[in-house]
Amino acid sequence: MQTENHLIRKTSLEKLFNNLIGRGKTIVAPKAKGKLVLFDAVTNFGEITEDYIVTTNSAKSAVFPRSEKVFSYQKTKESTEITDAAESTYPDVVLWGSRPCDAAAFIPLNNTFKEDYPDIIYNKRSQKVLVLSFSCSHSDEYCFCTSVNGGPGNTTGSDILFTRLSAGDYLAEVITEKGKLLVTENSALFEVQPEESKAQNLALVKTYFNQEEIQAKLQNLFENPVWDEKSRACLGCGSCAYVCPVCSCFDIQDEAHGHKGTRLRCWDSCGFGLFTLHTSGHNPRETQGARWRQRILHKFLYMPNKSKVAGCVGCGRCSRACPADINILETVTAI
Amino acid sequence: MKKLIIKAASLLETNAVQVVIGFGKGSVDRTRAIFITKAADCEQLIFDSRCIQNLAVYLTKAEIKKMGKPAIVAPLPVLRSILQLAAEKQITEDSIIVLGVSPESELVELESLAAIETYLSTKQIVIEEKYQTTIETIKAMPVSERFAYWVKELEPCFKCYACRAACPLCYCTRCTVENNQPQWISVASHSLGNLEWHVMRAMHLAGRCTDCEACYNACPMAIPIHLLTKGMLQDVSANFGTYGPSLHRDNTLSSFNPDDKESFIR
Amino acid sequence: MSEFEPKIVAFVCNWCTYAGADLTGTSRIKYAQNVKIIRFPCTGRIDFMLLLKSFGEGADGIIVSGCHPNDCHYTSGNFHARRRWIMFRGLLDMLGIDVRRIQYSWVSAAEGAKWADIVNTTVTAIRELGPYTGYAKVAGYLEKEANV
Repeated sequence: MQTENHLIRKTSLEKLFNNLIGRGKTIVAPKAKGKLVLFDAVTNFGEITEDYIVTTNSAKSAVFPRSEKVFSYQKTKESTEITDAAESTYPDVVLWGSRPCDAAAFIPLNNTFKEDYPDIIYNKRSQKVLVLSFSCSHSDEYCFCTSVNGGPGNTTGSDILFTRLSAGDYLAEVITEKGKLLVTENSALFEVQPEESKAQNLALVKTYFNQEEIQAKLQNLFENPVWDEKSRACLGCGSCAYVCPVCSCFDIQDEAHGHKGTRLRCWDSCGFGLFTLHTSGHNPRETQGARWRQRILHKFLYMPNKSKVAGCVGCGRCSRACPADINILETVTAI
Repeated sequence: MKKLIIKAASLLETNAVQVVIGFGKGSVDRTRAIFITKAADCEQLIFDSRCIQNLAVYLTKAEIKKMGKPAIVAPLPVLRSILQLAAEKQITEDSIIVLGVSPESELVELESLAAIETYLSTKQIVIEEKYQTTIETIKAMPVSERFAYWVKELEPCFKCYACRAACPLCYCTRCTVENNQPQWISVASHSLGNLEWHVMRAMHLAGRCTDCEACYNACPMAIPIHLLTKGMLQDVSANFGTYGPSLHRDNTLSSFNPDDKESFIR
Repeated sequence: MSEFEPKIVAFVCNWCTYAGADLTGTSRIKYAQNVKIIRFPCTGRIDFMLLLKSFGEGADGIIVSGCHPNDCHYTSGNFHARRRWIMFRGLLDMLGIDVRRIQYSWVSAAEGAKWADIVNTTVTAIRELGPYTGYAKVAGYLEKEANV
């Protein structure tokens, strides 16, 4: 679909929000919580904060929540009743305030859950999500989207991308059919395309490396001291994987209570020491260095090898959240 | 600071230690743990109010132990953790060298574990006024309100276990949550799973926690879990006497007094 | 409207309280039937999580009982247990979990009557407090909608 551009006034943006609430949509937007800004359900336009570069947590919960039901069962004398989550309907979710990096993350996520084997639950959720992103007017030293084929005004993955213009109104770039439908339903709020260009309202994000070059270099770096060196301070928690908008490893847990139970899918992290522990007791990734290597290779070599798109969008959340200040950009630039 | 750098460098030069664990410049305006193996690199050592990470957590890590005997930059919280680890036989007299840092950021030479204990005896763990007030406020809530408060506070927890990873006293090579025969604590981050994890964590740290706040500092969602450990600390103090790591005392829950007092057993 | 019958779980030690409960029976003392007794070799073996798990599985009240201090069959098991209970009770209280629903006691093998009394008073107290719906709601995530 050809991108359509409109102008939307600041006041109309609020009206759009209220229209969506009025229609019973769940809106997930950046909300301040103490010093943090988190993606959370909001019901009031005033709850949304604009004071963030990226939120602490990512928006992947909309399509891949931290715990979700796969199926539940109930045993009776005669039979076993199974309620399959794949047969549920999932609520409409509007993701409001994602950054271009957050939206771009849906591409590798979709690759994981749609290629090879279509994950029914993920796909159902994903169909119900509307992505309304806002361009970045500020960036910081943790950001590196431009090094991974992204950018502060990138439209990949968004249904509509809003860019704040100098007068305080917004350029609305309508990218997909879903986005177009929203515009049609709220046509009074969307006006004629403005004159002002997007480019002058975007943040400057320094380019630190070339993704394709890194991909090539990584082919030969398996046995290299850089992995141990850069991960020495790593504590082996799951913070980086959990705040990452792309990370999608999960654990299956069965929680049984007598005659009924549920199978859940929960987030997991390759950083955990026992992530690759085999039943035999052997652990192919015994050291934190091996686990850090896996993280980088998976994102910057294996994923782009498989589906052309890297598993990193340059949002820098992992580095921001890391309690030991392990910085992914630092490792990649060292390479 | 200069004295510390000189001391650290000389330790490496004479091969008294093979690695110096300290604080160095991190991303943007942060500091991070650095592992120095060459004397000349000791210039990278810094120390200021941003250095809150508890470095003692690295003393029990296999990858760090492999590097050889460490010297560790040890401000107060780290010193307490070191003493507690020693009390629990995780480090021995000659296994580390301690580069103490006083609250005034001066180098403190502590030649032995006993010296650390003596030094710390004048610096008892004290729960800050603001936390005492918060805990009192919580305890004053009616039961159901208290419960609702904690369920809400724990809601953002997504079980990343950063709290566990950052705590120097969580050194089990296989944590309870990592066993699935049985899966005692739910892996999922639903309300019950979160509650059970934090209850278990607080209990496993009861009588051992040295109030370094590494857990809270590590939490990416800024959940005030240190309130639970501080509350436990207060309870230990109130029920079993003064509190703090010691080489001469068994852990609170590993020992007992036949005269322990309580008011609720019929 | 049927009256609420509390579900009580009792964690007891084999040598004292379990034997004491046995004595209650052989003495033909009638007492409330709401209690499911779980036998442990010693109170020192009782993991604190078991109590929390009981609430999670629908118990409205809990009884924890063992040998009197100095009478432990294993010498010091109950001393360790007592310390653990003191700490655990404090933690639960801080979290807002209703500690009135947990009755701790020392019941010896000779105290058949005391056991009956402990059970009866606990059942009465829990009946008054009502079912532990507050905790059940948190534990009832299984019944919530698919999006956890």
